[in-house]
Amino acid sequence: MSAIRRRKPINESDKTSEASDSKPHKEKEEEQHGDDDGSDKDKKKIPSKIKKKHEEKQPKWSCLDSCCWFIGCICVTWWLLLFLYNAMPASFPQYVTEAITGPLPDPPGVKLKKEGLKAKHPVVFVPGIVTGGLELWEGRKCAEGLFRKRFWGGTFGEVYKRPLCWVEHMSLDNETGLDPCGIRVRPVSGLVAADYFAPGYFVWAVLIANLARIGYEEKTMYMAAYDWRLSFQNTEARDQTLSRIKSNIELIVATNGGKKAVVIPHSMGVLYFLHFMKWVEAPAPMGGGGGPDWCSKHIKAVVNIGGPFLGVPKAIAGLFSAEAKDIAVVRAIAPGFLDNDIFQLQTLQHVMRMSRSWDSTMSMIPRGGDTIWGGLDWSPEEGYSCAKKRERKNDTQIAEEAGVESAVSQTRSAKYGRIISFGKDVAEAPSSDVERIDFRDAVKGHSAANTTCRDVWTEYHDMGFGGINAVAEYKTYTAESIVDLLHFVAPKMMARGTAHFSYGIADNLDDPKYKHYKYWSNPLETKLPNAPEMEIFSLYGVGLPTERAYIYKLSPAAECYIPFQIDTSADDEETCLKDGVYSVDGDETVPVLSAGFMCAKGWRGKTRFNPSGIRTYIREYSHSPPANLLEGRGTLSGAHVDIMGNFALIEDVIRVAAGASGEELGGDQVYSNIFNWSEKIDLQL
Amino acid sequence: MASILRFRKLCYVEQAVKCASVGFESFDQSPKIDQKLDKKEEEVISANNFALEIIKKRKQPRKQPKEWRRLDSCCWMIGYLCSTWWLLLFLYHSLPVTLLQVPESPGVRLKREGLAALHPVVLVPGIVTGGLELWEGQPCADGLFRKRLWGGSFTEIFKRPLCWLEHLSLHSETGLDPPGIRVRAVPGLVAADYFAPGYFVWAVLIENLAKIGYEGKNLHMAAYDWRLSFQNTEIRDHALSRLKSKIELMYLTNGYKKVAVVPHSMGVIYFLHFLKWVETPPPIGGGGGPGWCAKHIKAIMNIGPAFLGVPKAVSNIFSAEGKDIAYIRAMAPGLLDSKILGLQTLEHVMRVSRTWDSIVSLVPKGGETIWGNMDWSPEERHACDFSRKRHSQPSPIDNNVNNSDVKRGFRVKDPVQYGRIISFGKTASQLHSSQLPTIDSKEFLRTSASQNLNFSCGEAWTEYDEMSREGIQKVAANKAYTTQTLLDLLRFVAPKMMLRAEAHFSHGIADDLDNPKYNHYKYWSNPLEMKLPDAPDMEIYCLYGVGIPTERSYVYKLSPTSGCKSIPYQIDSSVNGEDGSCLKGGVYFADGDESVPVLSAGFMCAKGWRGRTRFNPSGIATYIREYRHKPPSSLLEGRGIESGAHVDIMGNVALIEDILRIASGATGKEIRGDRIYSDILRMSERINLRL
Repeated sequence: MSAIRRRKPINESDKTSEASDSKPHKEKEEEQHGDDDGSDKDKKKIPSKIKKKHEEKQPKWSCLDSCCWFIGCICVTWWLLLFLYNAMPASFPQYVTEAITGPLPDPPGVKLKKEGLKAKHPVVFVPGIVTGGLELWEGRKCAEGLFRKRFWGGTFGEVYKRPLCWVEHMSLDNETGLDPCGIRVRPVSGLVAADYFAPGYFVWAVLIANLARIGYEEKTMYMAAYDWRLSFQNTEARDQTLSRIKSNIELIVATNGGKKAVVIPHSMGVLYFLHFMKWVEAPAPMGGGGGPDWCSKHIKAVVNIGGPFLGVPKAIAGLFSAEAKDIAVVRAIAPGFLDNDIFQLQTLQHVMRMSRSWDSTMSMIPRGGDTIWGGLDWSPEEGYSCAKKRERKNDTQIAEEAGVESAVSQTRSAKYGRIISFGKDVAEAPSSDVERIDFRDAVKGHSAANTTCRDVWTEYHDMGFGGINAVAEYKTYTAESIVDLLHFVAPKMMARGTAHFSYGIADNLDDPKYKHYKYWSNPLETKLPNAPEMEIFSLYGVGLPTERAYIYKLSPAAECYIPFQIDTSADDEETCLKDGVYSVDGDETVPVLSAGFMCAKGWRGKTRFNPSGIRTYIREYSHSPPANLLEGRGTLSGAHVDIMGNFALIEDVIRVAAGASGEELGGDQVYSNIFNWSEKIDLQL
Repeated sequence: MASILRFRKLCYVEQAVKCASVGFESFDQSPKIDQKLDKKEEEVISANNFALEIIKKRKQPRKQPKEWRRLDSCCWMIGYLCSTWWLLLFLYHSLPVTLLQVPESPGVRLKREGLAALHPVVLVPGIVTGGLELWEGQPCADGLFRKRLWGGSFTEIFKRPLCWLEHLSLHSETGLDPPGIRVRAVPGLVAADYFAPGYFVWAVLIENLAKIGYEGKNLHMAAYDWRLSFQNTEIRDHALSRLKSKIELMYLTNGYKKVAVVPHSMGVIYFLHFLKWVETPPPIGGGGGPGWCAKHIKAIMNIGPAFLGVPKAVSNIFSAEGKDIAYIRAMAPGLLDSKILGLQTLEHVMRVSRTWDSIVSLVPKGGETIWGNMDWSPEERHACDFSRKRHSQPSPIDNNVNNSDVKRGFRVKDPVQYGRIISFGKTASQLHSSQLPTIDSKEFLRTSASQNLNFSCGEAWTEYDEMSREGIQKVAANKAYTTQTLLDLLRFVAPKMMLRAEAHFSHGIADDLDNPKYNHYKYWSNPLEMKLPDAPDMEIYCLYGVGIPTERSYVYKLSPTSGCKSIPYQIDSSVNGEDGSCLKGGVYFADGDESVPVLSAGFMCAKGWRGRTRFNPSGIATYIREYRHKPPSSLLEGRGIESGAHVDIMGNVALIEDILRIASGATGKEIRGDRIYSDILRMSERINLRL
């Protein structure tokens, strides 16, 4: 309890008492507060003296008494409220909400139960990055007593109690990308792994509750929790997670009378499950040995929610300067935390060091290079205007208007293709005016930073000023050169990463090299399994500004610091530039392009990526913010995680789980310009 | 801290006294006196003499506060307590963990010895220890979706007891979910690591396993709904199929290492059921084929096994008085006696627990052959000078058989008739059988057919309400019951429950194990009516505590108030034997682990399965490991690291060491075979069972 809050009422109580002398009171209070935090040795001596002095001045109402009285009052009120809260019938909050906002719509589960829907296909959830819980199985000395306690997810109490210890345990080994010596942090298993991320912050819980209404339970639902820090193949190498998922899907299908499973991956889980589908059909040493028809035998539909099929630009900012706006919810949990510099000015470096040891973040680097994400002067989203989006928010008939609006040509538009530019002028200038000096051959200067920067190590310290300047001299980077850039600034990390992930586009998918697991999670370098009856859905939110490209600058304090940072001073209403970030339509994390392209074009019909012609459907959900505070995170949200509580999405998911096909859902439901944008992408199909 | 508190109290007691005095305001104090006082006080302070100061204050009349009322003192008191509490809490939290020196755990020690995780481990929890959560409920349970109804903090019992009971009951005819209610087992390790906050079940063992390298991929908790009959867990939840698939998966992903299974309490017979189920062909079995167990299972380490049932289950079914089989009493000791549920707590408990089929699986098996008849019991010459002497002289005796011989020197004179599991009245429990009235228990069945239903009680709560007065009297007239006649008795007093449950469990002894009727699943959990699988390399361990008096048979009486909706029988807790006798509070005690008598835990490993017998045709090796109970020496030890009690034994260091060694590859011979403290071998010898 803060000192300020406590003091005020004390003074009030003093006033009411006949004791008039308030000055000594304050002094006493100061001492008293000191005592509260101090050790009890001091407490023994000092307060007794104070007390005695008081005893004779105002024998009846000393400061300590007032304090105690006050605390007593608060406790009693608190208990009373707590008691009332507990004694309150459970339906009371709902009653109040209904009184204020009018009757609430039935939750989709209840509504559909009335329609007669019943649990049919078993359901498999695949959580995304950061949302899954991790717990400690073996740790260093500093983490004693935390055995099987949550390290990630839950209350994050340890972040505050012992931050360095926490960072040490969350990091992986820099070279292998696996456990550091003597530390074992493992994913929590079961539905609890990702139902709530933190207390009260639901991820899967709402969907689970609604599925349960129509009869789902533990035996028909399975949460495929995995350690989201590892590269996908490493989850199998270390924890045999892929084997477990395979065995569990087989079990769940067998025990439910052979009804195929509906898989619901979210966020990075989408890529993870792509990887799984290839893995399970690949022969045994590298794959799961399920045979070529495993997917068609066991999977009815893959319902991707907010899937970053082609990566997210956020991941770049995260890897490049640890500034991704919220990719690693670290900031969301502790907003003041990063800026307060309680780690002695090095919070960001710690975060960077930790997150760079996580291979999985590299799975989200934009894939497909310039073909998909646009070159220096071109991008598929060209012509997108943010001003329009504002209007759209209240508009219900967006779909019809979308075509009209895009026809309105824009005088000036953001050059989204330049994912990183140094300086605003560079970001806007025509490509012919930008002078670029190739950084690839630049000699990295030697730096003694390792010794001076204590143990905080990021690879930037190996670069020296020469290297840093070379990076800035190249001025602007497109999706393709970004990968080179990352190779240059973080060679060790990328060496690890490229062994597990690939970012290109395949020319010839039959090339035997594509049998390697590093291509499995890239939809542009894999063929979908041979399962013509399977359906692939892409469900995502639209209508939120989503990071797409960045304007960077060199940091002023270079030594011992991350040398680049987002130039938050750059703003431009017209080109969607805000705080150094160009934004585009999406769900706040994944741009529409990444979430929708594969289902809109890459896999639509029989293409070389989808040889068996698996049907694809796009279901977009237009974002509208919660109407009032009582609604919490809203039932119409389109945001990356909050969409899991979107009633329309839940209804769609339940219908699919209860047996509906994509056609029965009503096929595509599109609000954004995804089809227009996809057309502009020139990809051989 | 304490001195301040005392001082404060003194001051206020004094003030309160003064407040009470009427004329105190007439003393108008001048500021001068105040100043003088000030100086004096300071001197006193320097002298640091509290008492003196108080005396002086008493002498000096002073201005008194008007506003210091009782309410304020209340607030003050609470405030004070809260602050102190917070301060202590804060200190406790900021305390370095290493300050409290914990004795080194066996896991750490064995890791230093070089032990590492080898065989995947499957834990099978017993009755009541597994958590249950709500998936679908009545309106009264709104907001409890996926919250624990059983296990955890049990707050719902206090908030809405009737709702809670309603949701924990099963359907009284099918033994499955009642309509509109779905309560399911909590999955994963959390299901039974802690039963209630701070009350560990598996947590200590899990932590020690983790120390030598176990983690999620090679450690699995086979949680199941312990209320259901074993076959119903498969029918409703596919629990057996899941367990099979999990074991197969762990075998595959851990480099084809066989699995070590650690069942506890009722989990032991659940796993026996699984062993038979998994090798039986598909319609009723798991279709694993005849070699499944030999291929996948290295060892079964049964902790506190209730192979032949427990007498506690009888008293629980008969009068809901099982001393603590359902920890209900332990959790809420006052709950049952204060009768806050409208005087009928026990009836409610009985009503709910009689819908749980699994309890019937714990009724003693093997009849009089195993548990003794009217005049004979295998434990007959058991001395009841329980443990007290053993504790005072904890001599490390390896060969304990000699020791127990000595003890038999000063045994009690009249042997206890353990065979009579229920007797009405103390005399009936001690007289020779020829002096007892002999009523054929079969007669009940005829009586029950002609019972006149008493509908004056309105809705029948327990099946006792459907029994006629004469029926109740007749039960008591029979005086004494052995395990054989006991079954008839239960069929008489609880016909519906037994009808339901006996389709799932059987309590006899097989004459001919090759009889095709034994392929039915109801025999699978009875070790006396099933053959162990053909797996000669498998090992079976019986690990259990000894040295604690364990309920073995009961002295009953008719309840004084046998009106409507009440249980007509109760344990006659006034009956006590003389010093050193096994009779206490109406219960005859024998050696055991507080829940399971040695006989039930050890007999199969000591005799029934030892060597190649008809119950164990492939000659699976069996080992008995007993752990002598030693109560915790100090409060700091909590539930003790050498306990032998039924659940607390899971924290027993010696037991944990044995399990760790076997899990990391040791065989029974390597941990030095049997370790026996009790008379189990002698008792088994006295049992005349054809092998």
